[in-house]
Amino acid sequence: MDYIMEVMPSLISGMGVTLSVFFWTLVGSLPLGLIVSLGMMSRFKILQKILGIYVWLMRGTPLLLQLIFVFYGLPLLGTGIVLPRYEAALVAFILNYTAYFAEIFRGGLQSIDKGQYESAKVLRLSYWQTIRKVVAPQVIKIVIPSIGNEVINLVKDSSLVYVIGLGDLLRAGNVATSRDVTLVPLLLVGAMYLMMTAFFTYVLKKVEQHYSYWK
Amino acid sequence: MLELKEVTKKFGDKTILDHVDLTVEDGKILCIVGQSGGGKTTLLRCISGLEQIDSGQILVDGVAFDPYVNSTNDAVIGVVFQEYNLFPHLTVLQNVMLAPTMVLKKDKKKVQVEAQELLQKLALGDKGDLYPWQLSGGQKQRVAIARALAMKPRILCYDEPTSALDPGLRDTVKEIILDLKKDEMTQIIVTHDIDFAEEIADDILRVKPLAN
Repeated sequence: MDYIMEVMPSLISGMGVTLSVFFWTLVGSLPLGLIVSLGMMSRFKILQKILGIYVWLMRGTPLLLQLIFVFYGLPLLGTGIVLPRYEAALVAFILNYTAYFAEIFRGGLQSIDKGQYESAKVLRLSYWQTIRKVVAPQVIKIVIPSIGNEVINLVKDSSLVYVIGLGDLLRAGNVATSRDVTLVPLLLVGAMYLMMTAFFTYVLKKVEQHYSYWK
Repeated sequence: MLELKEVTKKFGDKTILDHVDLTVEDGKILCIVGQSGGGKTTLLRCISGLEQIDSGQILVDGVAFDPYVNSTNDAVIGVVFQEYNLFPHLTVLQNVMLAPTMVLKKDKKKVQVEAQELLQKLALGDKGDLYPWQLSGGQKQRVAIARALAMKPRILCYDEPTSALDPGLRDTVKEIILDLKKDEMTQIIVTHDIDFAEEIADDILRVKPLAN
């Protein structure tokens, strides 16, 4: 028990890093994903192609590789872009998750009946009014379960930041385990990840319930 | 008065509407009848601006009018779709209020009073807080009519208003349409139900598939 109290502060500060990567990735990638999905469905063929390649790259290579590339690769390429660890992690995560969210939103957008757009058009709603008031609320309900999946994944994917030396929860546990030669910190880390995912699962369930007033 | 002059619409090589002429006087009911594939719905979609005509002219009160690019907020033409296409995430009242508040930028309180009056008139006075999934087919259709009327259109179009209803409700629709006629609403009704058309129409346009 004493030992647990001893390692807890470092684990909790690690969890802070994990949660902040998690939070800011969502804040960045959810709206960006929506914008990218609208771009993928626009009439501009070139834009469609470019976004298609982007999504293919992001989903076709490991997140770990993207993370290493943004942090170590960009400076080496002579781009002049040198990002601090934390910012590099966020850039990589946001780029990666935007691609997944864009695909989810695209699926949601495509499942909206054509009649909804036509109704909106004959009622003279503008494109953005139609998206905002008619399409988006329906898409949100459709995509929440898939978004939830990615959110849970993100909690765990955030542990990849250890490769660029960020002190997240997993790293804090690892450090304590190798220093003190005991598995206890790693068990605690596992329990903390479970707690986080349980919490977000609960929140997502509530959000789903919130949208159950219509079908 | 709505006039169509030599309106032609093609999908690829296939001509659907070939130089269609048509006049609907104010306050009259025009029924467009004919078998499937005759271009009834396409004609309605051209009039309501959902399809762009390839040639010809549409005039409202003698003034050329292109419903496809109508960028003014004058809601000249309202549409009641075959599948109603209500917004499922909005209540009945919100469905009716959406366009007047968003498009015409009218005061919300005023819009609500007007919307409630419309619902009352269509025997939906107590249904304002329900969602479309809680309504029967006939009720959904009346909400669709209220939603279109809330924009105060000059002309109201219906696509197959009787096809999704059971026979008893056919007369209810008929009454609604004739009631609106008393209010001098100009109405265009696409239907394959010739009996229905003959009961309500001032004018009937018969279309048949073009041989090509």
